[in-house]
Amino acid sequence: MKFSKGVQDGLPIGLGYFAVSFSFGIAGSRFLSWPLVTFISMTNLTSAGQFAGLQIMADAAGTFIEMAIATFFINLRYSLMAISLSQKVAPNFGTFKRLLLATGITDEIYALAVSQPEPVTARYFAGLMVLPYIGWSSGTLCGAVCGEILPALVTNALGVALYGMFVAIVVPQMKAHRPTLIAVLIAIACSFAFKFVPALSGVTVGFAIIICALVASLIGAAFFPVKDENEECEQSKEGA
Amino acid sequence: MNLRDYCLFLLVMAGVTYLLRAVPFVLLKGKIKSRFWRSFLAYVPYTVLAAMTVPAILYSTNSMLSGACALVAAVIASLLGRGLVGVAVVACVTVLGVDGIMLLL
Repeated sequence: MKFSKGVQDGLPIGLGYFAVSFSFGIAGSRFLSWPLVTFISMTNLTSAGQFAGLQIMADAAGTFIEMAIATFFINLRYSLMAISLSQKVAPNFGTFKRLLLATGITDEIYALAVSQPEPVTARYFAGLMVLPYIGWSSGTLCGAVCGEILPALVTNALGVALYGMFVAIVVPQMKAHRPTLIAVLIAIACSFAFKFVPALSGVTVGFAIIICALVASLIGAAFFPVKDENEECEQSKEGA
Repeated sequence: MNLRDYCLFLLVMAGVTYLLRAVPFVLLKGKIKSRFWRSFLAYVPYTVLAAMTVPAILYSTNSMLSGACALVAAVIASLLGRGLVGVAVVACVTVLGVDGIMLLL
């Protein structure tokens, strides 16, 4: 698992991020100068979290507490992903490397890393995050600087790139693994409930996503526990 | 908004996000033994992404129609074996096409 292989695998994510963060740049440029908008992307590397954060910043009544709570709930899924990724990394992926590379745990980079057949090395993971990071930062920069020129028709279309990438990650697994199909359908049903059931409409978007994912994944784990296909032989000798 | 407020907001946002990623990543060094929790974690990425995408994609464009078309087109493209960029492009072009046609009508 080389650095260069990671860079190569990260290219599609980087391209997708460029398109998505372009629309973030446009949104941010409405009330922040372009260096400030770009710096948000460089320090956060999140999609939904940044969009929510931007809304709180733009809101004159927005508070730091609100920012902390919203960020926490919207991005809490990264903790789940970090736990999941920690099960998949190579033994020499040490504490210092983890502190350095933790920022790379995004929906797509994480999904790509854990879908690898081999344990993930620090080199590979670092390579994997290079182009997405550059794409995300430079896309924001371009969006903030020149986005005003483009009509809403084009920026709306670019904004959908993010969801297209999500679909491209989820659908192949749904096709290959029936229990994942069921878990995903449960998550979607739950997500619709938060959108349309009046009693649940007060729940924030970030919190709704977490509840949907928890419920669907818990049901999946309870009824369709996965096989140890990704477990390397070094573990099986010890016995579970 | 003044620069000081911006810096504080940014610090809170970036700080919380980093800690959410780094703390569990650093603390968990061994393998989780429980098959249940390993299964749970295997499902998490897909259920998270699904919940983030549906129904949000329907509200991300000019009309629910273009959002729905983008979702269907993306699923079909993915089933046909297109990769990350291919599917994203299909979704973008679909929205552009549907919204474009609706503007003309």
